[in-house]
Amino acid sequence: MNNFEYKQAADANEAINLITQNDHSKFLAGGTNLIDLWKYNITNPTELIDINHIASLSEIRELSDGGVRLGASFKNADTAYHPLIEQKYPLLSKAILAGASAQIRNMASNAGNLLQRTRCYYFYDPEVPCNKRIPGSGCPAKAGYNRIHAILGTSEQCIAVFPSDMCVALAALNAVVNVEGPEGKRAINFADFHRLPDDRPDLDNNLKPNELITSIDLPNKGFSTNYSYLKLRDRHSYAFALVSVATAFELENDIIKEIRIALGGVAHKPWRSTAAENFLIGKTATAENFSSAADLILKDAKGFGHNDFKIKLAKKAIVRNGMMALNPETQLPGAKPSA
Amino acid sequence: MLELEPWVSLLDCLRDHLDLTGTKKGCDHGQCGACTVICDDKRILSCLTLAVMKNGSEITTVEGIANGDELHPIQQAFIDHDAFQCGYCTPGQLCSAIGLINEGKANSREEVKELMSGNLCRCGANVGIIDAIMQVKDGGIYE
Repeated sequence: MNNFEYKQAADANEAINLITQNDHSKFLAGGTNLIDLWKYNITNPTELIDINHIASLSEIRELSDGGVRLGASFKNADTAYHPLIEQKYPLLSKAILAGASAQIRNMASNAGNLLQRTRCYYFYDPEVPCNKRIPGSGCPAKAGYNRIHAILGTSEQCIAVFPSDMCVALAALNAVVNVEGPEGKRAINFADFHRLPDDRPDLDNNLKPNELITSIDLPNKGFSTNYSYLKLRDRHSYAFALVSVATAFELENDIIKEIRIALGGVAHKPWRSTAAENFLIGKTATAENFSSAADLILKDAKGFGHNDFKIKLAKKAIVRNGMMALNPETQLPGAKPSA
Repeated sequence: MLELEPWVSLLDCLRDHLDLTGTKKGCDHGQCGACTVICDDKRILSCLTLAVMKNGSEITTVEGIANGDELHPIQQAFIDHDAFQCGYCTPGQLCSAIGLINEGKANSREEVKELMSGNLCRCGANVGIIDAIMQVKDGGIYE
């Protein structure tokens, strides 16, 4: 653990100016992952820039188009329990509450949720190689203990998964990430925010250096009638997903008019399949149709030994969650399977 | 007035600089919940919080929940329900339980279990812990 300086930014401009002046500085919001990574000696910032006192980052509000803006430093718990989210975006509320613990959700920020690092055991162990931690050093997970690892979108260099629950729902909802940096402001579609490992597993996302997430926008469409978040894990609560599924659809005369299916715990980013979603449009919401869609989603899935079970588990979870989305009240607290 | 280095956690601040050793260091990585304290009415993990981030905040630890010699209802309920064995996780469990009751989101036993999952008890006193919380929650005796 190294020593570091601590500064508070009063506004986004000051935060960006401060981070631009030091190559080893980092933004600090909830700190739930960053402080832990620092304790494990995985990250060694020489300066932390606290963004918790920037008023514009800590709000939640309705947008003129009917959507909702989630402030970057607004807390996960406050987001999940906010009436705007509970009523209009219950899928997001469920996904957030399926993650971490009550204490951590009280601390963790919305932007920080997007920026959390993988929980790959090898990434967290400075004594072993890891291409994500030290590019070019190797990946012990591929031939090692890979029970929690990816089955989709892996590369020769990395098979880590992105651990968020909240982001699986944000992917399904087509959220937009607003960022601000030395070169100005831009908006990033959620599907383009995180990236696959390819030959740069050290990069989790497509943020440019010194960019600050200021907010996350939810589009008007919240899918509050048919939605479900299912999370499967080694213990019933307070564990990362082995497989999770966010399903949301809109029916017209029992026919699927629009549908989103996003998977967590299976790839380096929340996973969606346009082919599978297009297949389901115009069809009924039946186990048989969800099963065919699952085959499309998992067509290129590949296990590495210990995680082979995830392919079958993901298929069953997609079908199960599709049926749970038909009757959202069957969901149990913590996004557990219905009885 | 207390002056600290910026890298001192809230947990170390309480224990090492203020001699408030009621709050326990279990894993020091946000996995066990033993370090749970109440910060401005919300339960948080003091091990993953820098003390400097909470300058000006009101922190309640297990030392601050009783009213003089009169136990907090949740403390009495833990005794009534044998909700601990070794006691190491208990200060965190108590603060977490008070936070849970304040939040008002747990309406059923299942929801109490779910919302207490951030506090591990290696002695396995969880059933008693949930019983104690249900008693206080349903009894409505909380100030």
